[in-house]
Amino acid sequence: MTPERAPQPPAETALPDSSRAPAEGQAETAALPTDKIEIKNLRFYYKKYEALKDINMKLFDKRVTAFIGPSGCGKSTLLRCLNRMYDLYPEQRATGEIVVDGKNILDPGIDLNLLRAKIGMVFQKPTPFPMSIFDNIAFGIKLYERLPQSVLMDRVESALRRAALWNEVKDKLKQSGLGLSGGQQQRLCIARAIAVEPEILLLDEPCSALDPISTQRVEELISELKSDYCIVIVTHSMQQAARTSDYTAFMYLGELIEFDDTEAVFTHPANKRTEDYITGRFG
Amino acid sequence: MSSTRNFDMRRYLHRRSHNWTVLALATSATALALLVLAAILFKLVWSGLSAWGPAFFTMNMPPPDRDGGLANAILGSVLMTVAGTAIGTPVGILAGTYLAEYGRGSRFAQFVQFINDILLSAPSIIIGLFIFQVMVVPMGHSSGWAGSVALSILMIPIVVRTTVDMLALVPNGLREAAAALGTPKWKVVTSVCYRAAIQGMLTGIMLAVARISGETAPLLFTALGNDSWTWNMNAPMGNLPLAINKFVNETSEIWNRLAWGGALLVTVAVLALNIAARSIVNIGSVKR
Repeated sequence: MTPERAPQPPAETALPDSSRAPAEGQAETAALPTDKIEIKNLRFYYKKYEALKDINMKLFDKRVTAFIGPSGCGKSTLLRCLNRMYDLYPEQRATGEIVVDGKNILDPGIDLNLLRAKIGMVFQKPTPFPMSIFDNIAFGIKLYERLPQSVLMDRVESALRRAALWNEVKDKLKQSGLGLSGGQQQRLCIARAIAVEPEILLLDEPCSALDPISTQRVEELISELKSDYCIVIVTHSMQQAARTSDYTAFMYLGELIEFDDTEAVFTHPANKRTEDYITGRFG
Repeated sequence: MSSTRNFDMRRYLHRRSHNWTVLALATSATALALLVLAAILFKLVWSGLSAWGPAFFTMNMPPPDRDGGLANAILGSVLMTVAGTAIGTPVGILAGTYLAEYGRGSRFAQFVQFINDILLSAPSIIIGLFIFQVMVVPMGHSSGWAGSVALSILMIPIVVRTTVDMLALVPNGLREAAAALGTPKWKVVTSVCYRAAIQGMLTGIMLAVARISGETAPLLFTALGNDSWTWNMNAPMGNLPLAINKFVNETSEIWNRLAWGGALLVTVAVLALNIAARSIVNIGSVKR
């Protein structure tokens, strides 16, 4: 359940009403966005099963793109292609191209550690490391940077502040990250992801385990981070997609059905299946 | 929907009597097992405690019917257990890490795991024989080192097994989260997986130490036994299990008493290690 904290009208009522002006409330997206990621002819296989079928799309820098669709449609799979997380599992493979800043990251020669250092990811379930709150954040920073303790401390603090967690944990940085509540753990994971200052942030249903207040904080965070990052969010909540994203991609059975301005997708979807899903007629 | 069950009272009573019978059988089997355990412990304390005294811990193994203690055997057991642990633990943990983190699911890893499970249940005297062949025969004499290696071989499969099991319990989400930060694989394993699994792995090591500290058979032809005090691991070395073995079969009353005292000491040591191992788990679960 997510709160109706809508800068835009709630999705369900907004949808069938195609008379609504499409440009409303989306002024900032009018400025020309730059490509950050270009996906070309992407196909993905779990063993023999084709989970993604010929995906083609562009993701823009300093914008939020939401992937929506029913369970099993491949939206998480698509997200996991963007940092090649699937590479941890030998039976999974992808073909096609994903071009990030002019380089095809599906190229087998690419250094996965450097790639992932540039592309942060937050998972559905909070995954704090079994170490102190401070070390949870410092871990990623220390992987690639040698910093004096005071600078490291500043970095940890600023990451925790941006994730709206600082005030709750500033007096217990030495305590285990596992002792935090679920919502705090998730914000810890977000802080950990942004502490390494990635260029792209992938969020895989980041709010599905959170209460409405934590959800609201995370969504506020997303809109703040948007000015610096290319953000991709997978969500089951259409309200969340409508609230947080500039672009929305609707996926179904491994295909990209529709991809457009969020406003356009939610107000006058071009495809019947998109409309049916958004209005809750199936899914 | 109205229920139309045929409620058969006889059937219910039949079930209930079955329940009682099985419960009674299970309870008496448990009681029997506990009784045997209690009898062993009682006999050990009864016969062993009287042997404990300053001489028991400070004097060496005596000739028949002379006063003495088991000091040299205690030293030998401690030295060989420490050395065996020092050899067995790293090998076991590294092998377990390979099986759980690197070779997961591969044919080779499955094969190694299978072999390891066989080794886990191999009779310990065979391990003693093996070390006799590969170390004692070429060196020309028994030694503390040979005993240590035999003990370490006994320990390795236990440590491998617990390492694999404990690493398997580490959620994949944690590995993914670490990898998503651009963490190299070795660092994921050492900084994240080990930390998450450390309590279980320590427990496994301590249980393995407990297991080897009471083993007799692997030491028979390797350490051989020695009645005098020595730190020299390159020479035959006394140890508690073999001292018990030597003393208990003889008519000398002092020897018999020492044997019981040694048996009690081994039992107490193993018990202490086991309790320590369990409490590691408990401390860990409280912390979470």
